[in-house]
Amino acid sequence: MSRNEEKILLSHGNGGRIMHELITNLFFMHFGNRFLKQQSDSVILPSDSDEIAFTTDSFVIDPLFFPGGDIGKLAVCGTVNDLSVSGAEPLFISVSFIIEEGFPMKDLVTIVKSLADEAKKAGVLIVTGDTKVVNKGKCDKLFINTSGIGRINKAKRLAGKIRSIRPGDLILINGPIGEHGMAVMNARESFNFKTPVKSDCACLNHLIREVLDHTTSVKFMRDPTRGGVATVLNELTGTKKFGISIDEPDLPVGKGVRAMCELLGFDPLYVANEGKVVIVAAEKECGRILEIMKKNELGKQSAVIGKVVSDHPGKVVLKTETGGKRIIDSLTGDPLPRIC
Amino acid sequence: MKYIDEYRKKDLILGISDEIRKISKKEISLMEVCGGHTMAIHRFGLNSLLPPNIHLLSGPGCPVCVSGQHFIDTSIAYSKLPGLIITTYGDLIRVPGSASSLEKEKAKGQDIRIVYSVLESLEIAGKNPEKKVVFLGIGFETTAPLTAAAIVEAKKREILNFSVLSAHKVMPPVMKALVMEGVKINGFIAPGHVTAITGTGIYRDLPEKFGLGVVVSGFEPLDMMQSVLMLVNQIEAGKPKIEIQYLRVVQKKGNPIARTLMNKVFELKDDNWRGLGLIPLSGLKIRPGFSAFDAEKLFPLEVPAAPEPKGCICGMILRGLKTPPDCRLFEKKCTPADPVGACMVSGEGTCSTYYKYRS
Repeated sequence: MSRNEEKILLSHGNGGRIMHELITNLFFMHFGNRFLKQQSDSVILPSDSDEIAFTTDSFVIDPLFFPGGDIGKLAVCGTVNDLSVSGAEPLFISVSFIIEEGFPMKDLVTIVKSLADEAKKAGVLIVTGDTKVVNKGKCDKLFINTSGIGRINKAKRLAGKIRSIRPGDLILINGPIGEHGMAVMNARESFNFKTPVKSDCACLNHLIREVLDHTTSVKFMRDPTRGGVATVLNELTGTKKFGISIDEPDLPVGKGVRAMCELLGFDPLYVANEGKVVIVAAEKECGRILEIMKKNELGKQSAVIGKVVSDHPGKVVLKTETGGKRIIDSLTGDPLPRIC
Repeated sequence: MKYIDEYRKKDLILGISDEIRKISKKEISLMEVCGGHTMAIHRFGLNSLLPPNIHLLSGPGCPVCVSGQHFIDTSIAYSKLPGLIITTYGDLIRVPGSASSLEKEKAKGQDIRIVYSVLESLEIAGKNPEKKVVFLGIGFETTAPLTAAAIVEAKKREILNFSVLSAHKVMPPVMKALVMEGVKINGFIAPGHVTAITGTGIYRDLPEKFGLGVVVSGFEPLDMMQSVLMLVNQIEAGKPKIEIQYLRVVQKKGNPIARTLMNKVFELKDDNWRGLGLIPLSGLKIRPGFSAFDAEKLFPLEVPAAPEPKGCICGMILRGLKTPPDCRLFEKKCTPADPVGACMVSGEGTCSTYYKYRS
């Protein structure tokens, strides 16, 4: 099909390969500049003293309320986490609402309160914003955009350290994976699973700050949102200089998420998280990092899930619980539940 | 997790692997018919646990794959009719038809909705009385009783804006057709959930007339390894028979209630299988008594058959004659992001499984 007839598919927004191609082949091609090329969760901008990190994110989640959070909480966490994994201390955020005509005021009040609570917890100030109301049917209930600014202490900057990743480095995560994606799916679809699975939606800035303040060998951090942990690890091996090996038995997966994934035919490695950070660090300091993370409420179940290897450069390989091996590719297309 | 962890124990699996190596002398090919089995084999790397004289072949057991292009073209044609909502299982949405896919039509504005159970279609019909809801019925004896239940329910509740476009198929004729066609196999790893409905009677001819062993298998790695061991035992002893490995789910007599329901609503018809052609009495059509719920009767449409995509060898793969790496499109022009053949689309399609779990 020629480009002129192509339409935007849901797969263009799922965090996987098709979305990546859209970003590279359209947005970067037309917007490209040296700052955009950093391609990280926040751009690092020059400043006279400290560097500035800047990021933006839009939230279009359905349903607006889900176990473990709502669109307001998510809108703060998403932006705070994008700043935090870039090594920045989040300071200020903006909030813009696009509201569908007829949206219940009481729901808006709940969402705004939740936004305010989460911002307070994270220690960020909401300093600017915008409100638009569109005709009924022109948007799905409520969309929120947040942008955020953070400060980076030059002595502790993370940018560029990704190039120092070497075989032997370890990969850590701060707890069980796939909870946000499965909680939202259970709330959205009519499965009626009676499960305690809740979104892990949380601001990670305090946990990340504790790690960065007390250690020196973190080389990379990313929040595995859409596309899950599998997609983050594939981005890392994209340079083809090294491979990544992960051990299935080491992956923290909660009972509820595991059961839902088994039933629906999903792989938790591809399911979205909103309160998780994947960290790559030199092996010697990983014990210390784990210790620090485990002391934080959001890192009680932190674990080492794999390591950087010189074998199979460019590929993420999973050692299965039954002793087999398989490649973990980045996500292509929306995950589809199986029929039988 | 119960019913999962017990069946993934490494030491037990390796124990069976050792036993198979000890007993198995002959060069044999076993066909797993169900897509769920194909997936388990690759997901858990079971091939690496079998000796080189045992070959596993994937059969035509992925409903999305065998329904193929003409059904997609027809579904797309229906989606373009005014006032219609198409409901479908998610697997089908990205399968390429001859010129488009349901996913692309959805982006163009056709009302196509993914459901997890056919019964959701009834709710959608209830909420949209001014529209007609057409459910795309695919799958074997596993999903057909559910579609039948939905039709019976719709009749009872007088939900008259619900109908089904049936591409449901049944398993026994295709298994027999493969054997008659001369696909060289020594035994079948038979589909667990299909047999849970049909019972084992459908396989009677296979050991009696064709000398083939049949073991009805579960879907966990230990299930699959035990099934291979049972087949190896049969073959080495020269005594083919029908056995059930998946005893925790499958009974010899199957599920008569589900079968009665299925027979009440559906009758057999000759049907086209992708890559296999016309197989007599292998498909399910809606009986005249339920024609008020038969989309084909309600909205008659003639959709011409388009040629299969060039170079795609899905047909050979579905017959177990070739494997995905034999196809020149595999991993190159045909990937899960941009599939050419249906076997690349469904999570349980052989090509998609090979792609996802290649190592």
